[in-house]
Amino acid sequence: MRILLEKFSKSFGSTKVIEDMDLDVGSGEMLALLGPSGCGKSTTLFSICGIHRPTSGRILFGNKDVTDLPSQERNVGVVFQSYALYPHMTAAENIGFPLTVRRVATAEIRKRVAEIAALVHIDNLLDRRPSQLSGGQQQRVALARALIRRPDVLLLDEPLANLDAKLRLEMRSEIRRLQKETGITAILVTHDQVEAMSMCDRIAIMKAGEIVQIATPSEMYNDPRTAFVAGFLGNPPISFLKGTAEQGEFVLGDGSIRLPLAALSGMPDGTPLMLGVRPEHFGNGGDVPVTGRISFAETQGRENLYDVMFADGSVLRSIQPVRGDLKPGDDVRWNLDSKAAFVFAEDGRRL
Amino acid sequence: MAQKRRTSANFSSLPVILLLGLISLPLLLMYAYLFIDTVTDSQAGSLVPSQFTLRHWSFLWETKTGKPNIWRVTFNTFIFASSITAVILLVSSMAGYVLSRLNVPARGVFLAGVMVLHAFPSVTLIIAIFVVLQWIGLYNSLIGVILVKAAIDLPLGIWLMKGFYDTVPWEIEMAGLVDGASRFTVWRRLVLPQIKPAIMALGLFSFLTGWSEFILPQVLAPGAQVQVLSVYLAGLIVDDNNFDFGTFKAVGVFYVVPVLILYVFFQKHLMNIYGGGTKG
Ligand SMILES: Nc1ncnc2c1ncn2[C@@H]1O[C@H](COP(=O)(O)OP(=O)(O)OP(=O)(O)O)[C@@H](O)[C@H]1O
Ligand SMILES: [Mg+2]
Repeated sequence: MRILLEKFSKSFGSTKVIEDMDLDVGSGEMLALLGPSGCGKSTTLFSICGIHRPTSGRILFGNKDVTDLPSQERNVGVVFQSYALYPHMTAAENIGFPLTVRRVATAEIRKRVAEIAALVHIDNLLDRRPSQLSGGQQQRVALARALIRRPDVLLLDEPLANLDAKLRLEMRSEIRRLQKETGITAILVTHDQVEAMSMCDRIAIMKAGEIVQIATPSEMYNDPRTAFVAGFLGNPPISFLKGTAEQGEFVLGDGSIRLPLAALSGMPDGTPLMLGVRPEHFGNGGDVPVTGRISFAETQGRENLYDVMFADGSVLRSIQPVRGDLKPGDDVRWNLDSKAAFVFAEDGRRL
Repeated sequence: MAQKRRTSANFSSLPVILLLGLISLPLLLMYAYLFIDTVTDSQAGSLVPSQFTLRHWSFLWETKTGKPNIWRVTFNTFIFASSITAVILLVSSMAGYVLSRLNVPARGVFLAGVMVLHAFPSVTLIIAIFVVLQWIGLYNSLIGVILVKAAIDLPLGIWLMKGFYDTVPWEIEMAGLVDGASRFTVWRRLVLPQIKPAIMALGLFSFLTGWSEFILPQVLAPGAQVQVLSVYLAGLIVDDNNFDFGTFKAVGVFYVVPVLILYVFFQKHLMNIYGGGTKG
């Protein structure tokens, strides 16, 4: 079912958290809401599931306006940031609760709880209380509880945040599989860009209550609209150089380094600029040579990560296949891929 | 725990115990004689009992002229204390929830008002209450005094309940709502079980204050049919002509026994209300 937010705003008292947000999530799509802490991700989710009333604007499920519909009538499944399991009930009772309040027959509840528990691999834990379950198990109980009544919309608020790396990887594909199989429209809130990129059809990056950009993961990575978006995606992250435009060249800080960049032709001299270069676009194989000194080196197993510092103190990051011949303090002359570098205006807009 | 062990390492605890024992001796003696005197007779002025007797306990099987039946009075006390408990639990568990969770208008003013009411000495109201009860025809009835006592104790109950509700995470309620439960079901099935220990504690607390209440029943319901134990007990010593200390003490012992039993069984729950925690 399609989810549509139109000019949605939410304030708490005098603090405006979200202002005039427009968001369109297609039927059966999985969208990631990505953004720094406190930018309003949970607030958006809570408004979609009806816990918060929007201050203004509309929320539609399909063609139906649900803005004034109470939570109980929206048929939304939610996995909360803190799981919010009911501590006094067993896992089975927790999972079955949405059916219990709908007065489904006990035998039917038991059958469906068993089904869904098998799906998320907790069928042997059903008699335990939440306090007797590990974080990952609790998370799966919460997921099962959200899915059992076959919701039209599934909202996940950082569901994987408390899991260990291996389980996280497993649950990632598990959730994606369940979502695809059931065809549920889902919104996933996360801090983790890898999670967002690997699980979702599209990513919306939020900043201070606004959606900065919404695009597919690869679009977002290769064509960021602002420096904020470019800085948010990618691990190791992109590095930025501050400088000015001069006769079609990017001039770094004190003028010791000049990079001829095609994108700068026709720009007035002295325009302050920011250059974003991803680590894989600096090293061997670029077209613009720059000289600097290695200030930091780190191996990540398959690859090595180098920080190269230039005369004026600015730093570019480079990621390269493992090599043993370089150590901090060495001078290097590496190439920068000028076609892949992003040019931003001083305020972060991409040029 | 570690704290305790360290103190006992530095100071020998024996002198402390001796000192405390010495200071508490008069108290212990008083309790001992409270009981001993009910089953013995002794010469005036003598501390040593001279003979065993059950005569002081005779109030249990024979009703004295001019006094109500003891079992009737005990029953009244029980009804009085339990009704107060029921009213307080019912009202404060709901009012506390509303004050903790719902966006009621003038919530702050209301909370402050409840606090003031709690601090307000209820005795100062007693004449007014007396007049009101008489006017609406509830003077000398159990219902009247139950309502008054419950109303006076409610502010504390509401505040305590509000405090306990404040510790229940919001997410549980949110989850309940999106799971399709009504607000009432959420309260009843999801939130109330979280504060069960608090309910237990407040219930006991209310029962005990109801059991020991004296002034209100004395003034508002002194009649023989509606008398409670504290009033009955006081009635034994107002009569200057036949002063019977033995019976007075026996009734006193009879009066505290249920309280002691409750304490023994439920002290863990009672501690909860002072500790303020929700762990059961
Ligand atoms: N009930 C509330 N009353 C007042 N302010 C609130 C309330 N709930 C949230 N806020 C504020 O709204 C902003 C957004 O909060 P929100 O919980 O949506 O952030 P978030 O993006 O989910 O952050 P995180 O990633 O840390 O969970 C925060 O600045 C927060 O302080
Ligand atoms: Mg959040």
